[in-house]
Amino acid sequence: MIEFSSIEQMLEDNRVSGLPIWENMMRSDCEQQGIDEETSLAKMNRLLDAMISADASYRAEERSASGLVGGDGGKMMEYMNGGKTLCGDFISDVMAGALRMGECNACMKRIVAAPTAGACGVLPAVLLAYQRHFGAEKEELIRALYVAAGFGMIIANRASISGAEGGCQAEIGSAAAMAAPALVQLMGGTPEQMAHACAMAVKNLLGLVCDPVGGLVEVPCVKRNVIGSMDAVSAAQMAMAGISSRVPPDQVIDAMREVGESLPHTLRETGKGGLAATPFGKKYQPKED
Amino acid sequence: MNLFDILGPIMVGPSSSHTAGAVRIGSMARALFGQQPKTARLYLHGSFASTGAGHGTYQALIAGLLGLAPDDPDVPNSYALAEQAGMSFSFETRTLRDVHPNSVLITMEAEDGRRMEMGASSLGGGRIEVFSVDGLRTAFSGELPTLLVQNNDQPGCVSRVTAVLAEHNINVATLQLSRGGRGGDAVMVIECDQEVYLSTVDEIRALPGIIQVTRYSLEGAV
Repeated sequence: MIEFSSIEQMLEDNRVSGLPIWENMMRSDCEQQGIDEETSLAKMNRLLDAMISADASYRAEERSASGLVGGDGGKMMEYMNGGKTLCGDFISDVMAGALRMGECNACMKRIVAAPTAGACGVLPAVLLAYQRHFGAEKEELIRALYVAAGFGMIIANRASISGAEGGCQAEIGSAAAMAAPALVQLMGGTPEQMAHACAMAVKNLLGLVCDPVGGLVEVPCVKRNVIGSMDAVSAAQMAMAGISSRVPPDQVIDAMREVGESLPHTLRETGKGGLAATPFGKKYQPKED
Repeated sequence: MNLFDILGPIMVGPSSSHTAGAVRIGSMARALFGQQPKTARLYLHGSFASTGAGHGTYQALIAGLLGLAPDDPDVPNSYALAEQAGMSFSFETRTLRDVHPNSVLITMEAEDGRRMEMGASSLGGGRIEVFSVDGLRTAFSGELPTLLVQNNDQPGCVSRVTAVLAEHNINVATLQLSRGGRGGDAVMVIECDQEVYLSTVDEIRALPGIIQVTRYSLEGAV
């Protein structure tokens, strides 16, 4: 049974049991929770369905209560449909998906926290765009979600998935570090490639601060879902190309914890530093503080 | 923590603490009250007060009082639903002492004039803690079946109540005691590993010294 505390341990279990990573994670979780596999699969299926319907619930004309965000997903889709993008079809679609979901969250739509509400755009953006462009059965997406959740749990256990504790690297960074191995799963990569994709995704957003304007899950959170998805895609592609993280994956996650603990209070979801403390940001600062 | 704490919950955005947690606080208040209140006053503290508007905290609390779940797409429409349901409500900002920044005090009144006051905090990730009921200090999460027993502060109450639970094979997970003052009203908060049946609750109600018993069940609120 996986303890969900070390990537090295997870790879070792995989070598011993011969079970795919996703299956090992599912079985361990069933064992820990005392549920059967059918129940677990049904729960994961429900999460996937909720991601799909959340994406479909997007309306470009809607704005958040503060008026700060809304409509950017629509702009990106329009630009993409114009056909002359810098990033190409797949990446443009991922970007649009991340914006849509981030804005759905800000506009009080029903979303799936992955791992948090603020970072809810990364995983569906890459998975659903992958399905649209490269094709994937629902079953394969569900397997990818198990991989994502398993890596996320190791990060939560070794470091943090809370912006208040570890800064944005713990939210968007964790989301990217979950989405990267999920993509490797979809592309048929090895467990080692998943581990390195996760590590590279963490490394490349290490130190990202949580500095929401007005303390709201809007600016810069929505657009950081885009950079999180880009991080995931590039880490997955590097891993599939055989590129590995020089620093071992568990040590990368430990570094994330240490960096998070070193971040000042003002840069951990207090809405008091970084972008929140700019002249623009101060206009939205809660009166009481 | 399990895989579905990392992926999930399914919730109405934008914030697990300020939105999903707020819905859960509202529905906890409704469950403890035992019915939908006719009127509710909500006193918002700290970050709930200062960033609540932008997080939909207000609508989320009302949605919970109406019995909506954190993933109900109608959460943002709760004001209109409250009007249809004949529930009136008002909000105020109030600084509460010694509580988490995401806290609210809710007073509820029923048609017949019955009242209850509950204070609760949203701790993050949608988890909540009820820190007071009718002015008496508590600390429970609603993650386990819970009994709130208000009793006269006199010898023997705790042992009589736990004896009834033991008779029905209900294991006590945690037990907290607090009181307004010596010899006055006291409250026992009992988190249990098993659901407490209504017949058991009636037995406890009939014990000497018991003023009121409130049951919180995981098998569906009101």
